[in-house]
Amino acid sequence: MASIKLLYFAWVRERIGRGEETLDIPDEVAKVSDLKAWLCLRGPEYVAAFEKPEAVRTAIDQQHASADSLLVNVREVAFFPPVTGG
Amino acid sequence: MSVRVQREDFDLGAEVSLLQAGDTDIGAIVSFTGTVRGEAGGRAIQSMRLEHYPGMTEAELGRVEDEAHARWSLKRSLIIHRYGELKPGDNIVLVVTTSKHRQAAFEAAEFLMDFLKTRAPFWKQELDAEGRGGWVDAREEDNSAVERWKK
Repeated sequence: MASIKLLYFAWVRERIGRGEETLDIPDEVAKVSDLKAWLCLRGPEYVAAFEKPEAVRTAIDQQHASADSLLVNVREVAFFPPVTGG
Repeated sequence: MSVRVQREDFDLGAEVSLLQAGDTDIGAIVSFTGTVRGEAGGRAIQSMRLEHYPGMTEAELGRVEDEAHARWSLKRSLIIHRYGELKPGDNIVLVVTTSKHRQAAFEAAEFLMDFLKTRAPFWKQELDAEGRGGWVDAREEDNSAVERWKK
């Protein structure tokens, strides 16, 4: 069990209804894709946000990550839509 | 090398002068300014709201800037990106590159903009006069713009 700070941005934040939270993540949640699936078990707001899991991008400790990235010694995970700066 | 993420506007002339000051080895200065358009898909835009990921934004812009310096022989560079509530015509982003000769500065400025658009964690919302509007979708053209640097 690891305590991880989760951050949500743009429409991911709007659908989940909060910008951040800290959750105890079970050890069997090994990868980013596992974490998305595990969050969906928490309620319909998460299901709405991760409806199309590949449409939600991820950063681990403030670096871009992929669906297969491992959650090892992670402090912070952020979920957000594809970026639209510039 | 420097990166600034700020709510406030910037002054192109002042920023360029500051970057150039004291370095007579610079022979080329290239700048790009991105501004808010007044329409999107035929719809008039009243304002744009830009959200970002404090901490990661600065880190990611710094990483993109490091890559540009590793790839081209640049002198100084600057990236400024605004966030918050903006109006049509307002400045959004400034990229300035300086080098001894023009090619490095030209290419690095384009590289910085292309990577910034696909990697810096910003999200735009365009609002019309009634305050309605949605999140702006990422553009496929921006992804292909990045691909050409991988060759």
